Amino acid sequence: MTALRLLFLVAFGLALFIAPLGQGNYIIYVLCSWLIFSISAMGLNLTLGYAGQISLAQAAFMGIGAYITALLTMAGVHWIVAVFCSIGASFVIGLVLGYPALRVQHHFLAFVTLAFTTLVFLVLRNEDWLTGGSLGLVGIPRPVFGPFDTMKQLPFYYFTVVCFLITAGVMAWMLHSPWGRAFKALRENPIRANSLGLNTTRMTLLAFAIGSAMGGLAGALQAPLVQFIEPGSFTLILSLKILLMVIVGGSGYFFGPILGAGLVVLLPEMLRFTDGYYLIIYALLVLVVMIFSPHGLIGLGQKLLSSFKPREERGDLKQGAQL
Amino acid sequence: MAELLQILVSGLSAGAIYALAAVGFTLLWQASQTINFAQGEFVMLPAFFVLAGMTIFGLPLWAAILTALVLSLVVLGAMFKKLIVEPMLPHGTLPLVIATIALGILMKESVKEFYSAQGQPFPPLFPQHVINFFGASISIQDICNLVVAFAAIISLQLFLGRTRTGRAMQATAQDPRVAEILGVDVKKMVMYTFLINGALAAIASILISPVYLAKFSNGETLGMIAFIAAIVGGFNQIKGALLGGLLIGVIDNLAAVYVSAEYRTAIPLILLIVIIMVRPQGILGTPEGRTV
Repeated sequence: MTALRLLFLVAFGLALFIAPLGQGNYIIYVLCSWLIFSISAMGLNLTLGYAGQISLAQAAFMGIGAYITALLTMAGVHWIVAVFCSIGASFVIGLVLGYPALRVQHHFLAFVTLAFTTLVFLVLRNEDWLTGGSLGLVGIPRPVFGPFDTMKQLPFYYFTVVCFLITAGVMAWMLHSPWGRAFKALRENPIRANSLGLNTTRMTLLAFAIGSAMGGLAGALQAPLVQFIEPGSFTLILSLKILLMVIVGGSGYFFGPILGAGLVVLLPEMLRFTDGYYLIIYALLVLVVMIFSPHGLIGLGQKLLSSFKPREERGDLKQGAQL
Repeated sequence: MAELLQILVSGLSAGAIYALAAVGFTLLWQASQTINFAQGEFVMLPAFFVLAGMTIFGLPLWAAILTALVLSLVVLGAMFKKLIVEPMLPHGTLPLVIATIALGILMKESVKEFYSAQGQPFPPLFPQHVINFFGASISIQDICNLVVAFAAIISLQLFLGRTRTGRAMQATAQDPRVAEILGVDVKKMVMYTFLINGALAAIASILISPVYLAKFSNGETLGMIAFIAAIVGGFNQIKGALLGGLLIGVIDNLAAVYVSAEYRTAIPLILLIVIIMVRPQGILGTPEGRTV
């Protein structure tokens, strides 16, 4: 790790703690949802950017996580217990959905997960004895940790920051472990990874299930943040939004989804003055980014950086790549 | 019995229109590996070309339809290919998937902001009578829609199978490199495919809008149904997409009557999941070779 990178990390961490000070409740709410969507997008990045599979089920997993946490905490269970139930359930459902679906991979996986998201929405809307139907669930309590009550917006923000940092830490550790390297090998060249003795099916399935579990965690944070959930917030549109976060930020880069989530969450706020036209501008921006930089914003940044300061490459490596 | 016949006819009629969208979807996939997530919006838009032609420029219906067809060829065919698909194709399918998703949002929101957010009545093309056939009431409109959609698909099939250009297009879809070596102008053939998709979308749009009103959000369900139809029938076969479209149309109508209205939309989705698990290449599809 270079000194520059360390400096950047410290600055980022400090910015996270300073950002909400002196801001109104609404700004803090937007920051919270940025962090929560970052967690969800990091999960999808694991499936998409590292294991190379398109999943459109992230919204469904957020929904599952949010509903489980909401129902349990409203029944008096502590949030800590509820969040582990949410993560566990998402992980298991991810395994059960992924096991047969990953036999087909790529665009077929996209379609299976697309169907799954719509099915989950239908169940959430129609089984009103459990989920409250299309009216949703109201009055989800925020967690209390001894003297630290997150009922107010600012404490809840710091609570979200802690969850975010833990998740990001676990993610970074995982990606640097032999496991994470196996994920990367899978994306770069699945056939070679397989011939080197990696069980590619099992690795892909694990990446998908862990990504889903992170969606469940994001849902478990979303429920107490908004304190109201309804099936309409977990439809396909949300899945597409999370996919956008990963791609626009830069899939396969660690900070890509965090940047992308910031953009997707904050852009509507910034474009508010344009009234109803914001979605049009938003879609146009995405199109332009995709046409000029298919590797997302971080990819674009790296391209620009390397055009100013060409990285010295070892000649023998270059030659090896040509062979 | 009469009720079943009635459901069958209206299901087939809707299914034939779905099949038009699904056929265009599979054609694009074959010719250029484009998964068009905006296909539903492609079917939504031409109806608004017609409405704009009639209300803003005061054209009669036939002239408005003709203009809409030309506009669809230009905008949904040529411009889509030139401006969006071509620059992105070298970077793989994923950025293109995202771009078509964004394009879909762009088209939907533009119609909502610049035309109307309300469902618009669309002038009927065919008489609205209902005839009584062995106790089942069958609308002339359904029959006409079925006939027009079938005529479009059959003439497309004949064009692809019987003409030189059509065969060159099929060769391009199967293996662009070999086709190029054999002297086929691959770029032109891919362009033709995009134009045909634009035309199919326009026909589907003009047939379906009198039935369900023209609305900016129509594309959501239509796009989903086109995917499901294409995959259920077979992703790499026109016949497959036709069968898939008809099947989904009938199943959807049966589900609306015999299953609860709440879970009606779930039935095609479950069918999709089952088909992908059991027979990923679709009912009529042939397995795709593994790309190594």
